Amino acid sequence: MSAHEDAVPTDAMREHNQHNHSTRHHAVPTDATRDTRPSVAETVHGVHTLSLAKAITAGLRAALRADDRVILMGEDIGPLGGVFRVTEGLQAEFGDQRVRDTPLAESGIVGTAIGLAMRGIRSVIEIQFDGFIFPAFDQITTQLSRQTLRHGGSVGMPVVIRLPYGGHIGSIEHHQESPEAYFAHTPGLRIVSPSQPHDAYWMIQEAIACNDPVLFLEPKSRYWSKGPVDFDHPGLPMHNSRVVRAGTDVTVVGHGAMVSTLLAAAEIAATEGTSIEVVDLRSLSPVDYDPLLESVRHTCRLVVAQEAYGHASLGSEIAATVAERAFYSLEAPVLRVSGFDTPYPPAALETQYLPSPDRVLEAVDRVLAF
Amino acid sequence: MTAPERECDEPTVQLLTPDGLLQPTAAAEEYAPLVAGIKEEVLRQFYRDMTFSRRVDITGANLQRQGQLALWPPSFGQEAAQVGSARAARAQDHLFPSYREHIVGMIRGLDPVRLFALMRGVTLGGWDPRETGNFHLYTLVLASQNLHATGYAMGLQFDGETATGDPDRDAAVIVYYGDGATSQGDANEALVFASSYQCPQVFFVQNNQWAISVPVSRQSRHPLAHRGGGFGMPGVRIDGNDVLASYLVTRRYLDAARAGEGPSLIEAMTYRMGAHTTADDPTKYRTDSEVELWSARDPIVRYKTWLSGRGASAAFFAEVEEEAEDMAADLRRRTQELVAPPRSVIFAHVYQDPHPLMVEQAAWLDAFEHSFEEGSA
Repeated sequence: MSAHEDAVPTDAMREHNQHNHSTRHHAVPTDATRDTRPSVAETVHGVHTLSLAKAITAGLRAALRADDRVILMGEDIGPLGGVFRVTEGLQAEFGDQRVRDTPLAESGIVGTAIGLAMRGIRSVIEIQFDGFIFPAFDQITTQLSRQTLRHGGSVGMPVVIRLPYGGHIGSIEHHQESPEAYFAHTPGLRIVSPSQPHDAYWMIQEAIACNDPVLFLEPKSRYWSKGPVDFDHPGLPMHNSRVVRAGTDVTVVGHGAMVSTLLAAAEIAATEGTSIEVVDLRSLSPVDYDPLLESVRHTCRLVVAQEAYGHASLGSEIAATVAERAFYSLEAPVLRVSGFDTPYPPAALETQYLPSPDRVLEAVDRVLAF
Repeated sequence: MTAPERECDEPTVQLLTPDGLLQPTAAAEEYAPLVAGIKEEVLRQFYRDMTFSRRVDITGANLQRQGQLALWPPSFGQEAAQVGSARAARAQDHLFPSYREHIVGMIRGLDPVRLFALMRGVTLGGWDPRETGNFHLYTLVLASQNLHATGYAMGLQFDGETATGDPDRDAAVIVYYGDGATSQGDANEALVFASSYQCPQVFFVQNNQWAISVPVSRQSRHPLAHRGGGFGMPGVRIDGNDVLASYLVTRRYLDAARAGEGPSLIEAMTYRMGAHTTADDPTKYRTDSEVELWSARDPIVRYKTWLSGRGASAAFFAEVEEEAEDMAADLRRRTQELVAPPRSVIFAHVYQDPHPLMVEQAAWLDAFEHSFEEGSA
């Protein structure tokens, strides 16, 4: 069992999982049943083991079924099912009016989604890779994020931008980036990132139901990691952060794929007698500080970890805010572990570039040394 | 300078000459018989609209000079292009402006004081398109609205509100942008999407010859109307200072769009007689002779000549002038009454769903402001 799978959302789910483990699943598209799709009428119940990618697929399917004004748009999302196959089978089930291959133009996709949203049509956009969101940057930051304000609240902007992000996959330039800070700096947007399948399934549906634009960051290195998904119990709302491993000596916080790294670091630290509490941020904008502050108040030490560049980053903001709000609880400065302030390097060097469990533990050692 | 030659070579739909004579060009042949079908009251309304447009412009520029507005983008000289195209739209159509289509909004029912509120800095939007005849908000980032309009048109298709064969129900979208904005990526992406999905949309380019200080020859070395063909849709150039051409050509292509025949592009040749905005100084980059050339092509003068020839009396023109002056006086008064909105507006609609940061920061600002009130009490 990987550290990641340890991050089970609810106790109820653990029980469900034990009971249902050997039960034949419905035709939930796990890797093993990838080509088997549930019929339109079928509703999935119970707890099933899914990859993160297929949990998102299941969440998209549920949203498409629940509201016939939900549509998907993107490049290669139709017959191919997206470059990561997250939309696999959805065009066949819902038709090419609701699952649309678009012209190859990111600004065009976001810009037209704005016009669709003005009619109350809820678009879920797939941007193929993190590094390819920038052609749409203008539409996202000057238009999408401001339409509701400009309209005095009379128009919602229910647009979800799904963005596979982050490294660890050994790919070429523009395919492994973590651009969240640009968007976290933009008022009018919401940003969430699930770290495991259960959250992915429920958070994508919550994002689609939201009347504001949501940037939905998908940790692509975790796409094929499996975990339990409880189809009956949503668990925490998408804007809540959560303690995923209890500890007493140091708090570490991160989001997306970093949560796995933090859990691995905590596992190693435990063997050395250090108890690390791990917080899964889940929501990057707004940030849910209460669980984090509560954690810091009893561990008195915080390490913030992220794949993104450190300068002017989300980690910087969290460090500053925790220092402001929990100053008298802290026994040491808040430390940050980040990608270096360089473009993402050639993939052959990524293991040295990306924060690893060892890099996290080095910071943990320093924060404990104060 | 080769642009004027090219301009002459390109087939252009023109019904009224600059002298106010109904002498259709070859390109206008199919439209000529339609003039007789336009009701006299509609023709008179065109004149009223254009007169109001110019009066609003003068009012805006004056108020800006008096410090009552932060900025005013005039449409002086472009009245025929705007009035003709706006009057061609049906009630169910949607109009996406850039930021100088003042009369287009007024034709759709927008109270011009809302425009002045925007330019005065008391709002970032100012109206609800559902209450202004589907006239959408101004967009200041050039050509961003083109994609919103295309998306809206995709939405009409998705909802089955176009191409059903019912002319009273089928809707289309028209988007306004300028010659400078045609160079923007979004302007081109919108043409790609509209063509790809065969959207019910008219792209209405007001080629007013200048993008602030840069002539159209820097944007394009061939007529902008040709951009339509490049994207697989009809592209037609009209004399944008001829309200009849603007009306009839836009009507034709909006009808086609509603009928499911896809998008089209209209290039309206016109001239920005005024400055780009009140912050501009056109004497630094264009010649008096050019301005004189276009003054002789004034859209209102030629139309007045033609209407007079058809029997419109001096009393009619005087009445319109008086109405326009009354409108302007009322507008000046109401503009000066516009005050800053409550500070809650900073936070109130950044998100539609509840957002903790907005609640927190609004409360902080309230407490901060109150601390001064208490201190002085």
